[in-house]
Amino acid sequence: MIDIEIQKALHGSQGDMRLDVKLQIEKGEFVVLLGQSGSGKTTLLRVLAGLERAAGNITVENVIWLQNQKMLPPQQREIGFVFQDYALFDNMSVEENLLYVNEDRALTKRLLKLTELTQLSSRNVKGLSGGQKQRVSLCRAMMKKPKLLLMDEPLSALDQAMRIKLKDEILKLHKTFGTTTIMVSHDSAVSYQLADRILVLDHGKVIADGSPDEIFTKASTVTYSLNI
Amino acid sequence: MFDIASLDLAPFMLSFKLAGITTLILFVLSLPLAWYLSQTHSKAKPILEAVTALPIVLPPSVLGFYILVVLSPNSAVGGFFEDLLGVKLVFSFTGLVVASCFYSLPFMVQPLQSGFESLNKHMLEASYLAGKSKLQTVFKVALPNIKPSLITALIITFAHTVGEFGVVLMVGGSIPGETKVASVAIYEMVEVMEYGTAHIYSAIMVLMSFLVLLAVYVFNHQQKKIGILR
Repeated sequence: MIDIEIQKALHGSQGDMRLDVKLQIEKGEFVVLLGQSGSGKTTLLRVLAGLERAAGNITVENVIWLQNQKMLPPQQREIGFVFQDYALFDNMSVEENLLYVNEDRALTKRLLKLTELTQLSSRNVKGLSGGQKQRVSLCRAMMKKPKLLLMDEPLSALDQAMRIKLKDEILKLHKTFGTTTIMVSHDSAVSYQLADRILVLDHGKVIADGSPDEIFTKASTVTYSLNI
Repeated sequence: MFDIASLDLAPFMLSFKLAGITTLILFVLSLPLAWYLSQTHSKAKPILEAVTALPIVLPPSVLGFYILVVLSPNSAVGGFFEDLLGVKLVFSFTGLVVASCFYSLPFMVQPLQSGFESLNKHMLEASYLAGKSKLQTVFKVALPNIKPSLITALIITFAHTVGEFGVVLMVGGSIPGETKVASVAIYEMVEVMEYGTAHIYSAIMVLMSFLVLLAVYVFNHQQKKIGILR
């Protein structure tokens, strides 16, 4: 169980606002954060990862990650993070990117096989395509067998074919490892297919929370906020 | 006719020794400073940057004068080193190293800082999220990804130290084998009108400086090419 109650002042593209989120996430749940640009989705993810400060409390399976201003550093949180721009270590090969996180060669092999990257394991990551890079990024995020997998628009920079392939791989890894996953997305179709639960953020507040079916059949305020 | 075999290469050896030691010390000292400057949002950052860059714009005589004042046995710093540690800081090789570290500081700090600043911030965050400390991140992720800046910093610092004159002359004087570096030797040759030797010494300096700069540009060009081909 993950308990989140955070507040943070934001100065974003939608002007000054306050991120004010209170929610509980069940273990193993796949949550998608939807909302327009500047609604606070990425900030929420970064606060959960410990990359940004915020007021409030975060407790993950009875371990306190944030309590008032006292925060557990990102190094000590059991988190996997997939960045929108991949953020791979350019000086390393595919395999080295994974082993840098955890020197578990068996897990490295298993993840590369699951994502069909085995043949590229000794290649430098600079030479990979966008889709391949994002799959490496996904594998790297799983190397710590994280309690929480956070993904910031992992599919947005990919073409349609690669988006479908990676979406399936995300789901495969989520189910194989039973990880609690929170993914930021703009894509309603992908969200519908992946999520157990969808949260819609608007101006820093959760304005809708429910299953994909509930969210996409709800009142016009939600659809207006999502621009769909 | 000038006898090339009789050419005294000791000043060059001393210049290279001074430049090598200075580069090594400055790399160790500048790394944390450059990293801090690249990561901080502190209001003190512009002040620190200005202080670091001062040796670029200050006349060497001004820098040399203040270093001489601080290192002299009559000052607190110079007195401490001479009385308690038995280390003479003026007109000695040790003093030259200290002076060179101040003089060449910006040439090490600035390329490193700009290299660190050009790194993808998410790459560093990914390292922290992988459980790695800042020190591990600097050595295993940041430095290997700023190789052109690193090589530029090391080579330019070395070359700049070899070429320094004013500060060296003021702090070290011209003691053969101790503080008489190549640039000072050339100055003395001109003073006594030994133009033949001055020519040869100067030509060696020109050739060496050109080769050093060529090495930097060739390396950076190759790095760019590798980046494109990968």
